[in-house]
Amino acid sequence: MARGYEPRLNRVASRWALIGVPALSVMLGSMTVLIPQISVFPLLPPFGLLILLAWRMIVRDLWPVWAALPLGFFDDIFSGQPLGSAMLLWTLVFLVLDIFDRWMMWRDFRQDWAIAGTMVAVVLLVGLAIADSSGGNTSAVVLLPQIIVSILIFPLMVRLCARLDVLRWTL
Amino acid sequence: MAPPSPRRPGFSRRAQYGIFASYVIAVAGAGFALLLVLTARFDPNGHSALQSILADMTSPISSAARSALASTGDVGESIGAYFDAASKNKAMAKELAASKRKLIDADVLRQENRRLKQLLGLKTDAIQPITRASLVSSTGSSSRRYATLSAGASDGVANGQPVVGPDGLVGRVVSVGRVSARVLLIVDGGNVTPVKRSVDGAPALAIGTGDGRLILRPLTSDVQFKPGDIFVTSGSGGIYRPGISVARAIDRGREGTKARPMADPTRLDYAEVEPIYQTPPPPAPSQIGEAKED
Repeated sequence: MARGYEPRLNRVASRWALIGVPALSVMLGSMTVLIPQISVFPLLPPFGLLILLAWRMIVRDLWPVWAALPLGFFDDIFSGQPLGSAMLLWTLVFLVLDIFDRWMMWRDFRQDWAIAGTMVAVVLLVGLAIADSSGGNTSAVVLLPQIIVSILIFPLMVRLCARLDVLRWTL
Repeated sequence: MAPPSPRRPGFSRRAQYGIFASYVIAVAGAGFALLLVLTARFDPNGHSALQSILADMTSPISSAARSALASTGDVGESIGAYFDAASKNKAMAKELAASKRKLIDADVLRQENRRLKQLLGLKTDAIQPITRASLVSSTGSSSRRYATLSAGASDGVANGQPVVGPDGLVGRVVSVGRVSARVLLIVDGGNVTPVKRSVDGAPALAIGTGDGRLILRPLTSDVQFKPGDIFVTSGSGGIYRPGISVARAIDRGREGTKARPMADPTRLDYAEVEPIYQTPPPPAPSQIGEAKED
């Protein structure tokens, strides 16, 4: 069929796009640390985790619980944390979110935001504990700006994922 | 109606098993990840070998991005330079004149120093850098302060070698891949650098705090560091040769003197990797009898 004349009704979205767009967006988020800038202060929000949580909040049944493992591994490659820390923490976050889903069926965006913000803060702090146990020695106060920036930027990530959600159905 | 929960698929056995399996995989994977994290603690060498393989794959991305973005990095700074240009110019002219005078003094001292060293028969070996490379990226979202260097084992880089920028010490290599290496910056919380005050050689330890600064702990209790003191590596314990500038003290805190690193890694383009410094062996003890005769 000629380009531009594909049927727009009743069309079937590509399976690859349905899974691939969210996965790629999370991986690109993890790769933001590759920006060529040497920082002396942890300020860059963990974009991979933020995008993962945003997808989880928008499309509740998008990921199986184990999806956090490969995505976390990918994040560990870039993040500089000890290998396995994001694999562990992201999977635990998914398991905890499953429990939250049973407690609170009905949630509005502010509750989602609060839950996601808490999760990000906890992941960053436990990540610090893991990094410190393997040779680092940084106090938790240093992380405060990064946590605040991450929480404030979360709605933006939800917006982004909502756009991508439309995209993945129309690809 | 409540939104249908994807975790409760109804009566389909197949779907129920599928969900059960996904939980099993997740929990088993989390356990495996925990083991990986523990290797970082109990087998740091094996763990960093694993990480350096991965770093090799990712460093070309940052290198390419860095060369593409190199020109845009200074935009903010060049705009800022226009403000108060006149007063800055005046201050800089004054500073330049002062530093010229000091430079002349330093020249005289260097001459004298060389002459005295010749008299003593001391030999000064200039240290040849192993390689020169750029720092391409860093771990901006982690609490550890690592930077990726665009040179690896194929350029002769090895674990433990100090990395020195034009203004001073940057850090040391902690894991090496084939074409990239990971550098632990001196401001990382896990990095301790033996230093001495440049004016009188009072020894101290410079410990990173993870927020871009260092804490200076004097090794003798009777020394008080003042803001503005410059600290250089002391060379004790090896690794860093003596005399690389490390930090400038900024203020006195409760747990030690705070200092800022001399080499600002955020604006570093190139850094040199130097061979590991080995402390020269102490001179052989002279015979007691000889000493008495003297």
